[in-house]
Amino acid sequence: MNTRFDMMLPRRQTILGGVALAAGAAAPAHAQLTIDMTRPSFEPVPIAIVDFKGDKVGADIAGVIRNDLQNSGLFRSIAPSAFIQQNMDPNAPPRFPDWRSVGAAGVVVGQVTQSGGNIKVDFRLWDVVVGQQATGLSFTSQPDKWRRLAHIIADAIYKRVTGEEGYFDTRIAYVAETGPLGNRVKRIAIMDQDGFNTRYITDGKTIALTPRFSPTLQEIVYMAYGESNAPPRVYLQNVESSRRELLGNFPGMSFAPRFSPDGTKVVMSISADGNTDIYEMDLRGRALRRLTSGPAIDTSPSFSSDGTQIVFNSDRGGTQQLYVMSASGGGERRISFGEGRYATPVWSPRGDFIAFTKISAGSFGIGVMRADGSGERMLASGFLVEGPTWAPNGRVLAFFRQQPNSGGRAGSVTLHQIDITGRFERQMATQTDASDPAWSPLIPQ
Amino acid sequence: MRMIKALAAIAAMIFIAACSDDQQAAAPATTSVTPGSVADFRQNVGDRVFFDTDQSTIREDGRQTLNRQAEWLKKYGNYQITVEGHCDERGTREYNLALGERRANAARQYLVAQGIPAARVKTISFGKERPDPVGSDEAAWARNRRAVSALQ
Repeated sequence: MNTRFDMMLPRRQTILGGVALAAGAAAPAHAQLTIDMTRPSFEPVPIAIVDFKGDKVGADIAGVIRNDLQNSGLFRSIAPSAFIQQNMDPNAPPRFPDWRSVGAAGVVVGQVTQSGGNIKVDFRLWDVVVGQQATGLSFTSQPDKWRRLAHIIADAIYKRVTGEEGYFDTRIAYVAETGPLGNRVKRIAIMDQDGFNTRYITDGKTIALTPRFSPTLQEIVYMAYGESNAPPRVYLQNVESSRRELLGNFPGMSFAPRFSPDGTKVVMSISADGNTDIYEMDLRGRALRRLTSGPAIDTSPSFSSDGTQIVFNSDRGGTQQLYVMSASGGGERRISFGEGRYATPVWSPRGDFIAFTKISAGSFGIGVMRADGSGERMLASGFLVEGPTWAPNGRVLAFFRQQPNSGGRAGSVTLHQIDITGRFERQMATQTDASDPAWSPLIPQ
Repeated sequence: MRMIKALAAIAAMIFIAACSDDQQAAAPATTSVTPGSVADFRQNVGDRVFFDTDQSTIREDGRQTLNRQAEWLKKYGNYQITVEGHCDERGTREYNLALGERRANAARQYLVAQGIPAARVKTISFGKERPDPVGSDEAAWARNRRAVSALQ
């Protein structure tokens, strides 16, 4: 089991006024990954998160960290009831033999102090195997933002152990679904990645679908139906103020919007006389540029992480397949060649993979392929799985699963996350049935 | 044994009859609704046509329904119509929005070709968002691949 923590000097990190804590012992760094997510198999890292001291919110913070790490599939959170050492001094080294005997590879201790109307949280991650501090950081924030502090600490631990950026300090936008299928209410909701702090940002009077975050998380784009049979259109909405504006008033339907990586443009599909093509709107001058033409359905466009290309799906070859073109249009080439129909391509924020929905032999799957179409791998399958979205580290995906309808009643619709190897899938917590997840970038600090 | 076979054959015929009734729920039938009313249109003309999987071509049964719709709309010129395009749940949400638009447009163009003024006929796609009936089998999906002419 490769679960050793290696020594590293703590790095300065300025998160909500965060600073690095001095390490207890400054041994030279010994660079070695402690968990390699790309290996064909590994054991989750056993980790002990001790309730943070100094304030009653300390136990809540530890609980959020445990939940985040456990839910990643890469860690196994050791139950506090198994801990041997009690009443630890958060600034002193733990009794390593006690933690080795409960099977922990790492132990996290921390302390909360009040500081001029804010809370200050210090934590240390101790490498139990080598008996050294692995990292230690300090963060300050408003007291009601304690959940974010916990997610930021979980991200720091995840990064220290896996070498990958974390994804816990993020949000998920999705379509909250309630009521009977024939008259389903579908409104846009945003929640923290772990299911907390849900708020609804459309009122549900008309169907709203396919929310997507801007790179700063300040805005989302989505499609919503109008009142009295007006065609559905794309809206841009400020998340904080809820102020929304129509993106272009076209005679037909506009849908499938997505931001460019720099946030200055939105690509979308527009239908006219039954035909659907892809357009780009520049948000600065609202100039519209047509990117595809012809009688095929061209939809679900998604920018490459560097903004130079767009992947989309089209039935121009007879069935729905994936194509890549230049971000200014042209140079279109097909990249999917497997059996079945391919849909909803989404370029990874790291640029290495494209995730997609595949429909073949009566079943649905979520898969990934390289940007040139090679190396296709299926990660999840089912009666209906759809709509992959990338966590900002490009190593975890979310999507939705719908169960079959039965006896006139709707099957459940739920959000799921899965790692890029397909090893670890779990259902994500939502208040209602949920579809169309959109994973945000890391929340700016 | 022969009796069982005969019963099975009768049962099969009843089943087929039931299916075909179901498929032709929109076929003309004499009822006592007011001529020229929305109920008249729905019950005696048929407000919807059906499509094959991933297709937007109007089938022969659909042409007959649309011919009746065109005749009726010429007779009752006070109505505007919106053709709603729908899909079964066996496609992705965004693609189905586009496919529903294609179906609605195919029905609209057929009506216009029969002499209904283009300005009287609008279209809207609901993709797979408004299933009718709700179900996850072939029979339900066949009924969901539809274009519905809604009167205003």
